[in-house]
Amino acid sequence: MASPSFSQSRAFPILLGASTFIGAFVALEVLLRYGVVNKYVVPLPSQVLMSLERIVVEENIVGRMRDTAWEMFVSCIAVIVLGVPMGALLYRWQPLRRALLDWVAALAAAPLVLAFPLFLVIFGRSATTVIVMSVITGLAPIVIKTTEGLLGVRSVLINVGRSLKMTDAQMLRMILLPAALPVIFSGIRLSWTFVLISVVGIEFLINLGGLGQLINDLAERYDLPGTYGAIGFVILVSVIFFMLLERVESWLRPAR
Amino acid sequence: MTLASTATTGAPSGQRPQLVIDKVFKQFGVGPGAVTAVDHVSFDVKPGEFVSVIGPSGCGKSTLFNIIGGLLDEYEGDVLIERERIAGPHKAVGMVFQEESTFPWRNVIDNVAFPLELQGVNKSERLDRAHHFIDLVGLKGFERLMPSALSGGMRQRVSIARTLVSQPQILLMDEPFAALDEQTRLLLGDKITQIQQDLNQTTLLITHNLTEAVQLSDRIVVMTYRPGKVKRIVDIDLPRPRSSDVVSSDAFGHYVAEIWADLREEASRGMADSESARRGGSRG
Ligand SMILES: Nc1ncnc2c1ncn2[C@@H]1O[C@H](COP(=O)(O)OP(=O)(O)OP(=O)(O)O)[C@@H](O)[C@H]1O
Ligand SMILES: [Mg+2]
Repeated sequence: MASPSFSQSRAFPILLGASTFIGAFVALEVLLRYGVVNKYVVPLPSQVLMSLERIVVEENIVGRMRDTAWEMFVSCIAVIVLGVPMGALLYRWQPLRRALLDWVAALAAAPLVLAFPLFLVIFGRSATTVIVMSVITGLAPIVIKTTEGLLGVRSVLINVGRSLKMTDAQMLRMILLPAALPVIFSGIRLSWTFVLISVVGIEFLINLGGLGQLINDLAERYDLPGTYGAIGFVILVSVIFFMLLERVESWLRPAR
Repeated sequence: MTLASTATTGAPSGQRPQLVIDKVFKQFGVGPGAVTAVDHVSFDVKPGEFVSVIGPSGCGKSTLFNIIGGLLDEYEGDVLIERERIAGPHKAVGMVFQEESTFPWRNVIDNVAFPLELQGVNKSERLDRAHHFIDLVGLKGFERLMPSALSGGMRQRVSIARTLVSQPQILLMDEPFAALDEQTRLLLGDKITQIQQDLNQTTLLITHNLTEAVQLSDRIVVMTYRPGKVKRIVDIDLPRPRSSDVVSSDAFGHYVAEIWADLREEASRGMADSESARRGGSRG
């Protein structure tokens, strides 16, 4: 018998998540086998599962995952390293903010991926193209959220800092950034989502390197189970990135 | 007490003032919609003296507090500390703000030790001194909690401890006890007077609580409702050392009655003002 507090326990969400996943898997299998969903469009989940061994052995999935993860990692770090200071600059310098903030917001909505031929010309068919395009795609949310977070810091906290005669650098490091951190992290989460999609998308588009290219290849060979299996690996990599981000966040902000 | 003779009348009256507020005037906005928050306010505070500024809500007390603290630059008149006009926040001044001002990302002890961290005090001394003031405001045992786990009044006490920890020569407080119940307010008042007397701290307390002002002060500056002017300055001749027991004395009651007469007039003007504004608002 499950005790009443079982739903509060740590294992509960994990078990619930896993059983939901398996349930969906089985349901899809049944629907496909009975022909409710077309087998030529969606492969059987069991076939996808069996394809995993093949793509691991034959398609160098580990190497490809490493390439893709590396491009993602560089892009994810770069959007933070570039985006947070840019957001701080827009916060600090009001004329710049008035001039640029709308443009930054527009950047977030622009279909930059269509500009890939331009980047191909500049950077060649290389990981650099993937990274540069992904960084540009993912930059806007971090910039906007950093500015927003800093503008939202309660003025009394800033006054505490001023009354203690803190320097600008101390103020930024010890009051403004910690106070804005929750909002900045929501920006990082959005940006990383854009970056991860973009890395795989552009690999696919320019047929280069890691998992994106593999998906492209397998799809062209009409290997549907393999394609879906490879997509599974993309999801795995994304999950790892967001788990890491959550670790970093809980380390940076103790329970408030 | 060796200082009994001077202590009975509060600060020695012959001394040169440490803090001078001279014809300070501050207006928000321009044209017909402008609000005069502080209107040619002048008074001074001598070293070691405890002065309260009392007045109805919206009369410009916090504005004056921010000007004296060096946080508002655009005003007319002068604020002098040790005969020098202030330019921005002064290093001798410690401020306790009216709004909740603890850092939500630091636990209680790290909040309180924050000013010492800025001064580069080493960790063990920093924690020792922080512990002392946490104890003083009655928060012993709560050192490791985050502010989100405290009540409003407890958080306010954390901010008070954070300001006291650096032992400023001049202490400015804007309604620091507003979020506290009457008992805690009286007891914390005792503690503050005790430190203030021990360190001979010059203190300016902004408040709208009359008993608190009389309990703690050597002098009380009564302000008018908009525009905020000085209506009257009352010397409080109650003996020191003083404890919260003073509230039951006849002299205390006498002072409260006297100042209340002034204050009631201003407060009712303030209420009438906001009522007519509300009626005007609902009609328009
Ligand atoms: N930044 C500002 N811009 C415009 N008007 C302001 C500003 N700050 C204060 N005021 C106005 O100045 C007046 C005095 O405000 P202040 O905060 O100094 O009052 P207070 O005496 O501290 O009131 P309370 O006791 O309620 O805290 C109010 O009418 C307020 O609306
Ligand atoms: Mg106020």
